[in-house]
Amino acid sequence: MTQENHNAKSMFHGFWALTNRDLKKWYKEPILLFMSIIQPVLWMGLFGRAMNIGAIFTNNNVPPEIANQLMIQTFGVGDYFSFMAVGMLSFVIVFTAMFSGMSIVWDRRLGFLNKALSTPVARGAIIMSKVLSAVVRSLIQAGIVIVLAWLLGMQFSSSFTVLHLLGTFAALFLMCLGLASLFIAIAIRSTRWETQMAVVNLLNLPLIFTSNALFPSNFMPDWLQTISRINPITYGTDAARQLLILSTIDTSKLIMDFAFLGGFALVFATAGIILSWKYLSK
Amino acid sequence: MEEIIQVDNLTKVFNKSLTAVDHVSFSVKEGEIFGFLGPNGAGKTTTINMLITVLKPTSGTATVCGHSIQKDANGVRNSIGVVPQEYTADEDLTGMENILLCADLYGIPRSESKKRAQELLELVELTKFADKRVQTYSGGMRRRLELACGLINRPRVLFLDEPTLGLDVQTRAATWSYIKRLKEQYNMTIFMTTHYLEEADNLCDRIAIIDHGKIIKLDSPDALKESIDGDILTVTTKEDDNDVSGLISKVPKVKEVKKQNSTYRVKVEKGEETAPLILNALMKNGVTITKLSLSKPTLDEVYLEYTGKTIREEEGTDMFRQRITLRRARH
Ligand SMILES: Nc1ncnc2c1ncn2[C@@H]1O[C@H](COP(=O)(O)OP(=O)(O)OP(=O)(O)O)[C@@H](O)[C@H]1O
Ligand SMILES: [Mg+2]
Repeated sequence: MTQENHNAKSMFHGFWALTNRDLKKWYKEPILLFMSIIQPVLWMGLFGRAMNIGAIFTNNNVPPEIANQLMIQTFGVGDYFSFMAVGMLSFVIVFTAMFSGMSIVWDRRLGFLNKALSTPVARGAIIMSKVLSAVVRSLIQAGIVIVLAWLLGMQFSSSFTVLHLLGTFAALFLMCLGLASLFIAIAIRSTRWETQMAVVNLLNLPLIFTSNALFPSNFMPDWLQTISRINPITYGTDAARQLLILSTIDTSKLIMDFAFLGGFALVFATAGIILSWKYLSK
Repeated sequence: MEEIIQVDNLTKVFNKSLTAVDHVSFSVKEGEIFGFLGPNGAGKTTTINMLITVLKPTSGTATVCGHSIQKDANGVRNSIGVVPQEYTADEDLTGMENILLCADLYGIPRSESKKRAQELLELVELTKFADKRVQTYSGGMRRRLELACGLINRPRVLFLDEPTLGLDVQTRAATWSYIKRLKEQYNMTIFMTTHYLEEADNLCDRIAIIDHGKIIKLDSPDALKESIDGDILTVTTKEDDNDVSGLISKVPKVKEVKKQNSTYRVKVEKGEETAPLILNALMKNGVTITKLSLSKPTLDEVYLEYTGKTIREEEGTDMFRQRITLRRARH
């Protein structure tokens, strides 16, 4: 075995071990999984069901066909619940990604990070293992949310196939990769989880509400639309929505979604690795 | 003997104002146990963190096993083992999982690391608890687990940061014997820090006394004791307003008198012969003596001599330190 070959292999070894450590802590504690699922489910159950937007029309004596037409024009589908259920996938991803920054703060405070830094494991692997574990966790949670949404009455599009499902996960993967890298990069030097918590609290709802996760962005005021257009969650949600529930897929828009998400993920993952070389040790 | 750690004017300034390590230079020979002895905040951990490539020095250089800590950090990392001051093992994982995780960070293949982990758990007598979560471990067991983790890559140099902090006397003695055994079994060089004098005396071939980021004195424990040059006579008198230092220092072979309330710390040559002379002198002048002791110099005396503090003044905070070691917040 050549030296380089060996280095590459042991780099992957350490990367996987660190990822596995985070995942192990997660799946050994089913309560954590439960807690992260419960919130989107509550949102779907309360918000999605309570905001029965279709009923506004039927209660006002709008003929059912026209009401349905209006709903489809606004949300792309006949029922608001399906629309927002897909938004909840993004919600789960955003939350998991945001809290992944927290775990690196804990590792620093409890001294584990110092121990890892004193071993030859690649600095980038320390960061990317956090990112990967966040991605794995959020994709599994998103999968559970899809199943629960379906049980609660989400309507898949008539042309829905396994391929669409895979496409959805690809989009969510890219979105989570970018977001997790971003939030871990923010936490890279931090020793205070309070700061990290403040960042999460400050950003989570604005990120969701300035996207199309709960409401279509073309009905937003102009300034909000501009923000929505640079918000990666808009693209992730749109891709998931097209693939899961919309009856007709706008191919050029879908390609645009993936291009944006791909660029977003690439930029922030690279930034995360570069920052880790420079800033992980003080 | 070859010099395995070489430190040259190593300095660390935090936040541009706090000089934690101040132009420290020393070298450690292969196979020796080298100790950093100093009070809280002296800069021991900071020095270790620079040598193990976790902190970047502000200035100065150092090499470990011939690798520069700045230019060849990976070379250093591959040849050292680290047992940090905090308990860093993951509480949610078992002892075995923790050791294997350390092995993975060094890129040791599983077939090999399983074998080594068994061996090390045996060595630190944790085999029975290998599959229990670290949460359930006692402080002593955690220390031993950290020790095992630090040895997984068969390091040439082992860094031990306060290896017995917060352990009871028995566990401390047991840990010393592990350390000695390790050194013999693997012929390792050990760099350790401590603020326990008996520990430094018991284990170290050479000791550097460090305070406020500077090395004050560096020598073997015996040489340090000899450097005190004399015995210590402690005399306590009944009344503390009447200063009898003058009387004592007139006695031949008395080298130095330090007064603390009604207690006098007298440095003398040939303590056994000089003590009666001092007693006579005092009694002749009507001074009542309530307590008297004669001691050969210990590291306590050495420490007091060079730092101006008794180490006991600091030991009171031990319980607190143990608690923060468990969940230490670093700023
Ligand atoms: N990351 C840091 N940022 C700022 N100051 C620090 C940092 N780490 C240590 N210090 C300061 O540097 C000084 C030396 O600390 P260090 O941890 O090296 O002491 P020590 O000798 O290991 O003490 P102890 O016996 O308590 O472990 C202390 O004054 C400490 O407050
Ligand atoms: Mg320390």
